[in-house]
Amino acid sequence: MQQMNEPAERRPLDAAPAFGHFKDVRQEFQVPTRANFVAIENISFDLKAGSLVSLLGPSGCGKTTFLKIVGGLLRASSGVVQINGRDVDQPHPDFGMAFQQPNLMPWRTVLKNVLFPMELRNDTGARVTRRAWDLLKLVGLEGFESHYPAQLSGGMQQRVALCRALVHEPKLLLMDEPFGALDELTRMEMQDLLLNIRARTSATIMFVTHSIAEAIYLSDIVVVFSKRPAIIADYISVPLPYPRTAEIRYSAEFTELEYRAGRALGITR
Amino acid sequence: MIKSAYRLIYPLAGFLLIVIVWEGYVDFAHVSKIVLPSPMDILRASWQRSDLLLRETLPTALESLYGFALAVIIGIPLAVCVANSRMLNLTFYPILIATQSVPKVAVAPIILVWFGLGMQSKLAIAFLVAFFPIVVDTATGLRATPPGLMELAQSLRASRWQTFWKVQFPAALPFIFSGAKVAVTLAVIGAVIGEFVGSTNGLGNLLLSANAQLDGPLAWAALVWLSVLGIVLFLGVIAAERLLMPWAGAGHH
Repeated sequence: MQQMNEPAERRPLDAAPAFGHFKDVRQEFQVPTRANFVAIENISFDLKAGSLVSLLGPSGCGKTTFLKIVGGLLRASSGVVQINGRDVDQPHPDFGMAFQQPNLMPWRTVLKNVLFPMELRNDTGARVTRRAWDLLKLVGLEGFESHYPAQLSGGMQQRVALCRALVHEPKLLLMDEPFGALDELTRMEMQDLLLNIRARTSATIMFVTHSIAEAIYLSDIVVVFSKRPAIIADYISVPLPYPRTAEIRYSAEFTELEYRAGRALGITR
Repeated sequence: MIKSAYRLIYPLAGFLLIVIVWEGYVDFAHVSKIVLPSPMDILRASWQRSDLLLRETLPTALESLYGFALAVIIGIPLAVCVANSRMLNLTFYPILIATQSVPKVAVAPIILVWFGLGMQSKLAIAFLVAFFPIVVDTATGLRATPPGLMELAQSLRASRWQTFWKVQFPAALPFIFSGAKVAVTLAVIGAVIGEFVGSTNGLGNLLLSANAQLDGPLAWAALVWLSVLGIVLFLGVIAAERLLMPWAGAGHH
């Protein structure tokens, strides 16, 4: 993590080296007494180091499945899944995950929840604890360190989960609709928070969402998934500059990108 | 704070109402003390014979407590085995259920033959009745870990040991305590059953002998003390729950 008060600026992406490589990834699930169903097919794209890539698609289209494959929680039926030049076959210590539900442990305080990944590595020294405090401060939860999750609102819980996903300084942050269960205003707040955090880490972020606006607002790249069996319907580079502000949501460029994504999803023609 | 005051006032009012109706009925209908002593008689007996009652409460309390403790010490590890191994589950769970359907009162005489008239036989019966809810609730709790937390542990590459101690077990604690609350009251019943079948002391024994001597107030006083014992042990489990699960009291927004 860089210094907190450094301005949030965008790094040049075009020059960035490839970080992830996916080629013809396919996943089928076996269903008893019926034909196997194919969740995703022919998924091929490269992930640039430090980029924020959204996987956009209709509910149940298999984007979460793909995220789980990248995260090593699930093995693809076929295809190449490489991160940092290595095949992914299990979760890697350099990965961080945030889920749709905060998945906090009710018996742990906020700070202890954030420190959980480090505790599993037996690394909870002063330096690590300091980092957890800094993260909590960054997401605006200063003073809540010894609260229990039940005492927090949904948005605050999701912030804790975000800190937990970042505490071990992952190189790849995988986020599965982390703001999907939040109300619209909290959601927009969290999006800005994520962009803010993103500007301070070098992590590559893969973000699953079914919100067109969210995908465009956050990302360098939007990968649009089609309905099942999901293939890549469109691969949209978002040329909007960072730092992004609320005004950008109402620009003509933004609307145009929304229209393009909508067309790829089959909503607009 | 008005709400919490109501929570105290209403049950107290209900209790008082029953006591007054009872007292009135016994006084006006001239019911014999042998058949039904009045609340005042029971209160008087509880107070005047408190030395005797206290002396007899101690063995019953220890029998219940030791039986309950043994059920916890053996029940929880067994539940852990049953919940984590399909083989052990298939082997022992049906037997466990089957033994549970055996009425404990019917087994009590046999246990008395094995362990004699002393404390061991009561302890064994208390253990038997307390054991089942602890095993079943613990096993249920260990299997009811939220899938999201299991996925989190998996994504962080937690070892099986870490997953158990840091995720599954704490997640099962509310289940374990709800089993323990049932078990501790059952343990008192178990101890009294044991004392009924054969004993030289304890509140159950006192109740039987007071009944035989047609000392209604003392028999009822023994009953009151038994209830108090059950409530105290139950509160003990709740205190342990508060202590071990401080997050459970944490309020919601």
